[in-house]
Amino acid sequence: MKPFRKIHSRVVPLDRANVDTDAIIPKQFLKSIRRTGFGPYLFDEWRYQDRGEPDMDCSNRPLNQDFVLNQPVYRNAEVLLARENFGCGSSREHAPWALADYGFRAIIAPSFADIFYNNCFKNGVLPIILDSVTVDRLFHECKPGYTLTVDLAEQSIVTHFGETIHFDIDPARKHRLLNGLDDIALTLRHAEAIKAYEAKRVSEAHWLFVDLK
Amino acid sequence: MTGITLYDKLWNEHLVCVEPDGSALIYIDRQLVHEVTSPQAFEGLRLAGRKPWRISANLAVVDHNVPTTDRNLGIADAVSRLQVETLDSNCAEFGITEFGIADPRQGIVHVIGPEQGAILPGMTVVCGDSHTSTHGAFGALAFGIGTSEVEHVLATQCLVQRKAKNMLILVDGQTEQEVTAKDIALAIIGKIGTAGGTGYSIEFGGDAVRALSMEGRMTLCNMAIEGGARAGLVGVDETTIDYVRGRAFAPQGVAFEQAAAIWRELRSDADAAFDVVIEIDAATIKPQVTWGTSPEMTLPVNALVPDPEQESDPVKKESMARALLYMDLKPGAHITDIRIDKVFVGSCTNGRIEDLRAAAEIVRGKKKAASVKQVLIVPGSGLVKQQAEEEGLDRIFKDAGFEWRDPGCSMCLAMNADRLEPGERCASTSNRNFEGRQGYGGRTHLVSPAMAAAAAIYGHFVDISALAEKSPRAPTNPASSNGHQNKPKLHRRAKPSVAASAKPKPAAKSSEQTRQKQKSAGNTSASKPQQEKGRKKVETV
Repeated sequence: MKPFRKIHSRVVPLDRANVDTDAIIPKQFLKSIRRTGFGPYLFDEWRYQDRGEPDMDCSNRPLNQDFVLNQPVYRNAEVLLARENFGCGSSREHAPWALADYGFRAIIAPSFADIFYNNCFKNGVLPIILDSVTVDRLFHECKPGYTLTVDLAEQSIVTHFGETIHFDIDPARKHRLLNGLDDIALTLRHAEAIKAYEAKRVSEAHWLFVDLK
Repeated sequence: MTGITLYDKLWNEHLVCVEPDGSALIYIDRQLVHEVTSPQAFEGLRLAGRKPWRISANLAVVDHNVPTTDRNLGIADAVSRLQVETLDSNCAEFGITEFGIADPRQGIVHVIGPEQGAILPGMTVVCGDSHTSTHGAFGALAFGIGTSEVEHVLATQCLVQRKAKNMLILVDGQTEQEVTAKDIALAIIGKIGTAGGTGYSIEFGGDAVRALSMEGRMTLCNMAIEGGARAGLVGVDETTIDYVRGRAFAPQGVAFEQAAAIWRELRSDADAAFDVVIEIDAATIKPQVTWGTSPEMTLPVNALVPDPEQESDPVKKESMARALLYMDLKPGAHITDIRIDKVFVGSCTNGRIEDLRAAAEIVRGKKKAASVKQVLIVPGSGLVKQQAEEEGLDRIFKDAGFEWRDPGCSMCLAMNADRLEPGERCASTSNRNFEGRQGYGGRTHLVSPAMAAAAAIYGHFVDISALAEKSPRAPTNPASSNGHQNKPKLHRRAKPSVAASAKPKPAAKSSEQTRQKQKSAGNTSASKPQQEKGRKKVETV
């Protein structure tokens, strides 16, 4: 996994609450068996005026010019500013894959849906929770040209105007994201403990270990 | 000392170890696998040279992409076909049991798991699908995960987790006859909002929950995620035990009774402390219809479409206005005046036998409204389909002009050919009314199976309570919690074959009798924990 340390970037303000994963990446793109290539279809139904299909060449598709992602001033932004309950709906990891593939590295919102929040950390995307008053203020500040610096080690955001905002993050998640660690390898360090747990459970509740044939 | 919640009991029992940083390693008893969220997980295993930790912990099925008609012709969409074939080859390569497209047990992952007894009380259950919360109906800790975690569970049989907070939603009293688990679920989400349960595991209790069949409890827990909670839970009672008894992968005979004795303890202690308790009076819940693009945008069928101008919160006001624009609805319109183009009965929320019976009761002897273009009835599994055909439900639907399809996720999310066209409006028994969910530009109204069926007959939403007053009808089949009568014939471990005898379903008892029976069967003391000590916040609705 790509580590996340510090970024300085433009910010895209997506001023909608309850942005669901169907909006982030519509279902037809979930048919892919790969982890990459979802970026061009991020927010597909909001971003384009036609109906997107997998493997479509997006370079000539009619753009919805009103949609914030299509405004040239926000090109190459790595930070997305969002409203509450961002990422609600399905568990599809294609949502953070699409955001990461597009180039987003951090998302700031007052709240995230649980599964989406968790999925972000598996893909080098940092979801930052700030109180809604602060997020509201950032939306007001966020005019074209606005930038932020996000520093994970310091757990800080420095705004365009030099203000420092602290954010909280679980220390284990921070450590894994800062170092881009492989979660499976970390868990497998506990292989003996897992085997011991299984041995105990087989004697207590053997029906949990039935062969599904 | 305060008692322990069911969630905490399940958590404690599955704790393998705790890291110095406080994160916990939780053992996963069962992983359900489907074609959409697993290919990249298997690929990850291959790239890292890893093998599944415990192959028999996994059960796979194809559901999201499968066609619901003309299966003999295969899957026309090449991209869908590749995804289905990829699951077939991954399961073959790693030795995982899979119900392929031709298997009579094939169906929606959250229908087939319980149906086969692959979900047992006390288990931890995961799947790369948010509606895994369904299985909490069995007193199992069940939640949806992303693909990286699917790979993690395949490789280690564990997940790194953080403990959720505990929420108790008590639905006490008795619902009106027409009010189903779906209406209870929508009414709850309407109250707490789609983020109300974020960070919580929600346990559902109270008389009205105890009175639900397992199918109803699955519907309720299925929708927990629409209220933001990854996991929903219902404590174990005899309804649970009866449902599990005799299922293919459940323990049999003496072993079953041993297991059942342990399962009966899977309830929150009477003095368990919950972080939040919400109380809802069952009698106040009416049949629900969603009017917007989020499941929390729900109202009783006899209500009026709301006016954003009456909303003071600017973010909510904006969401409402956007939703009304997308749904092409005007504030103040009667919900019963909303005309619909299509109807979908099915999904992991409402694709079980009880759901099909409820729809059939409304439809019997009637015809689809001429203005309704299409009505899809999509059973949740091959065995549900077979059971429904044995009961003659398929004839009722076909005679009404409905389409009787093969099992799969179908138009819940329109990954196969079943979908809405731009602008079409659907009465749907599924779980999400997001923009474009059922097809690009499609408009979804979430309802119960009976409400969907009634909309198909009348061409617009109708208050089925009023309908019942006009023409008394037999109550919907009450047998569902009694276990055996309800089980598809092919649930035994024997190699699947075409169904045996068509056993007529038992005559319907009055719903009053059923309620009495179910109430006494359920452990009422456990259903309503006396959590006075632990309450931090109590809301009465």
